[in-house]
Amino acid sequence: MADKLKATEEQLAYAKLLDKGMKVGLLVLIITFVIYLTGILAPHIPVNDLPKYWVLPVYSYLEQTGIHPGWAWLGMLGKGDFLNFTGIAFLAAVTLVCYLRIIPILFKNKDTIYGIIAIIEVLVLGLAASGLLRAGGH
Amino acid sequence: MENDVSAMPKQRLPGLFSRLRQIRVSRTALVCLFALVLTVFMFISMAFISPEAVQAASGSARSVLPWWAWPLILFIVTFLLGIVAVLGGVGGGVLFVPIVSGFFPFNIDFVRGAGLLVALSGALAAGPGLLRKGLADLRLCMPLAIIASASSIVGAMIGLALPANVIQISLGATILGIVLIMLMAKKSEYPEVKQACALSTALRMNGIYHEASTGQNINWHVHRTAQGLATFVIIGLMAGMFGLGAGWANVPVLNLMMGAPLKVSVATSKFLLSITDTAAAWIYVNNGAVLPMVVVPSIIGIMLGSIVGVRILARTKPAAIRYIVIVLLIFAGGRSLLKGLGI
Repeated sequence: MADKLKATEEQLAYAKLLDKGMKVGLLVLIITFVIYLTGILAPHIPVNDLPKYWVLPVYSYLEQTGIHPGWAWLGMLGKGDFLNFTGIAFLAAVTLVCYLRIIPILFKNKDTIYGIIAIIEVLVLGLAASGLLRAGGH
Repeated sequence: MENDVSAMPKQRLPGLFSRLRQIRVSRTALVCLFALVLTVFMFISMAFISPEAVQAASGSARSVLPWWAWPLILFIVTFLLGIVAVLGGVGGGVLFVPIVSGFFPFNIDFVRGAGLLVALSGALAAGPGLLRKGLADLRLCMPLAIIASASSIVGAMIGLALPANVIQISLGATILGIVLIMLMAKKSEYPEVKQACALSTALRMNGIYHEASTGQNINWHVHRTAQGLATFVIIGLMAGMFGLGAGWANVPVLNLMMGAPLKVSVATSKFLLSITDTAAAWIYVNNGAVLPMVVVPSIIGIMLGSIVGVRILARTKPAAIRYIVIVLLIFAGGRSLLKGLGI
């Protein structure tokens, strides 16, 4: 009974990594935003021009600003606005990393079904993050 | 009545007066908070009215405010939403998307991207504590998360492909539907599950949690797992399409349909959002629908608001705040519906 009351090994491992990842992600998000606001790194879109673009549907916005979707932001990290994507991507990647962490624990404990479920989830999140899935314009 | 009070023993009077004062203060604070939220929305609406207030090609009104005013107002509004969300027992995402898309100049594509990241950040922040305490259950969550996250990817792609007015109308209708769910859905602290279903037994979706308020250890298991999984297809689709956190739907399904205790349902739902919203958020990020100037003030504002909300909640739990949330949702859902219809 006492053992069942404790969270499982994989649950605790997940929680530990999630806690660290979330804190680092938020910190990076705040630091990069301060860099953006202070203009230490010049943005790709001047802040004064933002109201012109944020009213547009995303496809017109990408077309007019010459921004490429997907992982193209990695090549623009020298720009103040795109630097913010480091923190955003970090937060969006934390869950995937947590799943990768628990897969060996699940298989070590012979919890094969949940090990397979975790692998499928990694594939689903990996597909979403890959940039291969593009939505049609409107 | 006055005679009754004067007849009470003197030592009981200070306690009674301080309680009455506390109730009065908390009610006043709530009324002030509500008035402040409404004033901010009115101010935002008025900011659109100008001689040049024309409908842009995209259907979005142009504003007369300088660029920096919008992120600043967004930060203030999300801070207030963070407080209201905690006190009302709802996720930030469900308030964020309809209110920001209804009253701010940002295109709904960017608002949904920000909404998902706001809901994701809140879920990531709450996740570790809920998992460690054993309130959120990883085994219960994982099978549901596959369905919900895969569906949210499809929902996000559909959402980004649909015209803005269709999304606004559907969002308005969904928000008003959520209001109905909030008004009508009952909650069950410990639902009766006579026998766990075969699927949940095979997946060992059960557990024990310690109920601190009663000191009891609650043994739980679930049923109707297949129906629950099927319902998460719809929940994931809606979460991805509208950028809403889906706690409003997760909790009734986990609690009423599958029979998980209320606390386990609420905690697992919150944790589940961190997986569902991750999948959909990547679609918005990779399709360019994320603007840091919209996302970051929103995340910081709502998180700070949540911290303040939790402190207020520790002192008082006003039932009235739930109705304030409902009024806000009706207001925002109605606005979204009218905006979509071009009225």
